[in-house]
Amino acid sequence: MSTNGYTSWAVDLAEVGPIYPFQGYEVLMVIIGVVFWIGWHRIQFVREGEHLEKARHTGDEEKVKAQLERY
Amino acid sequence: MDGNLNALTTIFTEFYYWVTVVFMFLIHVGFCMYEVGASRARNHMHTLMKNIMIIPLVTVTFFFFGWWIYWAFPNFPFWGGLDTEAGAANLPWADTMATNVSDRITGVFWAAFLLFSWTAASIVSGSVIERIRSSALWVHAVMIGSVWWIIDAAWGWHYGGWMVRILGYHDAYASGVIHAIAGGYALGVIMVLGPRLGKFAKDGTPRDIPPHNPWLLTIGIFLIYTGFWGFYAACNVPVISPEGIDGQITGVTWTATNIYLAPTTLSAITFNFLMSLSGGLMAAYVISKGDAFWTFSGGLAGIITASAGNDLYHPIQAMIIAAVGVVIVYKLHYWVERRFKLDDAVGAVAVHGYAGVVGLVISGFVLWGVPSSPYEGYATINPIGQITGAVIMFFVLGFLPGWALAKMQAAAGVLRIPEEVELQGLDYAEHHAYEDAKAAIIEADKQELAARAGAAAK
Repeated sequence: MSTNGYTSWAVDLAEVGPIYPFQGYEVLMVIIGVVFWIGWHRIQFVREGEHLEKARHTGDEEKVKAQLERY
Repeated sequence: MDGNLNALTTIFTEFYYWVTVVFMFLIHVGFCMYEVGASRARNHMHTLMKNIMIIPLVTVTFFFFGWWIYWAFPNFPFWGGLDTEAGAANLPWADTMATNVSDRITGVFWAAFLLFSWTAASIVSGSVIERIRSSALWVHAVMIGSVWWIIDAAWGWHYGGWMVRILGYHDAYASGVIHAIAGGYALGVIMVLGPRLGKFAKDGTPRDIPPHNPWLLTIGIFLIYTGFWGFYAACNVPVISPEGIDGQITGVTWTATNIYLAPTTLSAITFNFLMSLSGGLMAAYVISKGDAFWTFSGGLAGIITASAGNDLYHPIQAMIIAAVGVVIVYKLHYWVERRFKLDDAVGAVAVHGYAGVVGLVISGFVLWGVPSSPYEGYATINPIGQITGAVIMFFVLGFLPGWALAKMQAAAGVLRIPEEVELQGLDYAEHHAYEDAKAAIIEADKQELAARAGAAAK
């Protein structure tokens, strides 16, 4: 058993193509990858929204003025 | 070099490794910037000097004995004697270790491995900043850079190494042979060294010690990424014929190979380097809730996690493996910090050590049954071999030697700087000398100016 279909390199490389594991599952891998990517955006949108909502109520007037002066 | 094709291949290979060495220098530049950025202003010069002096110390010792160890130790001491025949051409007095027109590759090949040695030592250097004596660190640098890591390379990163042959150990871009061992070594040292003053509150709660210069630190890690790319290329044989491999590969098709002389492509490792970097960055951003420095380090940890199998993985596998590794590494770092009160100043144990171990374990399952080598009779890649390999790298060759040497240094009173010096800063004396010199030259210039004004008035 081998996850990439080769148990030995006693082969002619002219006859060899892909050597990555789990060949035949490329579409499934792409689906998993896309879910990871879209999921990342979802998490990031929610978190940033929460953070900004919290941040808008935490500003101290003096500190905000100091930030403006700091440039 | 007989024949045009042989000459061209030799010169190409020589130049290829030479270019990778220049790229890899950026890793050390990046580590220096990262350490200085992470340290407080009162320790900058010592922090920088501590890391810079790794370069000459590891270089000369790697010339004297480190390179010989790689060729002589593949089966020593458990599965055979020293390979003195292979070692002979790599002894410091061999004529191949010098200017020699009948040998055009030894110097650049030596340098490629040497740059890995600097990296191993530099990883340890980062975790111990602001409280270790430079003299103590420099002995550790020689031991990890010119002894322990190169033994592990002979065992598990050499086409004839016993770990490759018997365990089916596979670690194409050094999850274990550089990162797990250096992380384990750093853990052994910081366990004895102890945390920086103020790192933990009286009740044991860890305090964050923010970096002094976040921008320097950011550029530092980007340079490490860049150098790491060169490192990936350096881990390959760029082009070789089946006869050159002398294994079981048939036909006449030339190929690039990994360090074990098994086929891969530069295209594959380019895909996988970038996809694992991306998976690591994305996962680290989420798990650290957008913490900038964990996100940047997560990119590095992602590559390190996927590195063991990045010669063979599909790019999406590399991305997911990197992301999984980063989540485990982040959680483990804070658990160890709270549980054992350890101060890993730059997260080196986590980013290199834990990521390396996790990467080896995962690769054992994902690459199960794939041949580790083109040579007959070698074990195929398997989870037991990879887990055993991870233990050897992180614990046996990393943690134990680091801990034992640090214990000896602590017993001799030469490991840690005095508390007074730690509080006033390692650069205190230099700062005062600088201020005194500045005041003296300003005063001298003023007197000169006054004297000239006086003379003109007369």
